Amino acid sequence: MGFPDRIERTVRVERPREDVWAAITTAEGLGTWFGQSAEIDLRVGGEATLRWDGGHEAHLRIERLEPTSLFGYTWGIYGLPKDDVRRTYVEFTLADDGAGTTVTVVESGFAQLAPAEHDTAFNGNTEGWRSELDELVAYLHG
Amino acid sequence: MADARTELVAEAVFAALADANRRAILAELTASGPATVTELAAALPLTRQGIAKHLALLLEAGLVSAEPGEGRRVRYHLQSGPMRVAQQFLAALARDWDGPLHALRAHLESS
Repeated sequence: MGFPDRIERTVRVERPREDVWAAITTAEGLGTWFGQSAEIDLRVGGEATLRWDGGHEAHLRIERLEPTSLFGYTWGIYGLPKDDVRRTYVEFTLADDGAGTTVTVVESGFAQLAPAEHDTAFNGNTEGWRSELDELVAYLHG
Repeated sequence: MADARTELVAEAVFAALADANRRAILAELTASGPATVTELAAALPLTRQGIAKHLALLLEAGLVSAEPGEGRRVRYHLQSGPMRVAQQFLAALARDWDGPLHALRAHLESS
């Protein structure tokens, strides 16, 4: 039941881990398979930008970096306004798998609600709350 | 999974959007701003009674709010907060990882 907070995918690639690492952490790699072009400042706290034809851009903030095995970043939630504080966390994990590599991607945080959102989402209406929400209102005002 | 409160808000939004007349009312409030029942009836192919019925439901769900006023002068406002909660669920459904991962594998295995 409910909506997913987390998306997970695993793929096997017939290439050594170093090659996969380069594909996901260099501007050349990211600008080939992910965006149409990319820039990356590869360090924790560094930023990366992915660009697509038509002007769409994604801004990544690097959060975790364990060369050739783990690359984690946060980015804004697609479809939400640019100034929205909510971000999802994406983690690429690479593992040797025979002559190839297993790539696991986990993106989580879709179901988060920033504190400010509680106010606009739940406190805006001062009349006619459904009885199921009474408890929530009491909690938020308590 | 989303917490129960978030789920309730999203459910209210999607239930409201499932009805064509309520979609029309929400669309009108979005496009033209706060409006009275009379103004909505002038803009939409719905009766005042029909609009009042849908607005009562939208009010109850927290998707619109009523600005205090006398009788027919009450103006209804769209509440954007619940819409933003629902929007993040749509963002999860719209996230495509299969396409990029297929492209990653194709890029690596062809080079």
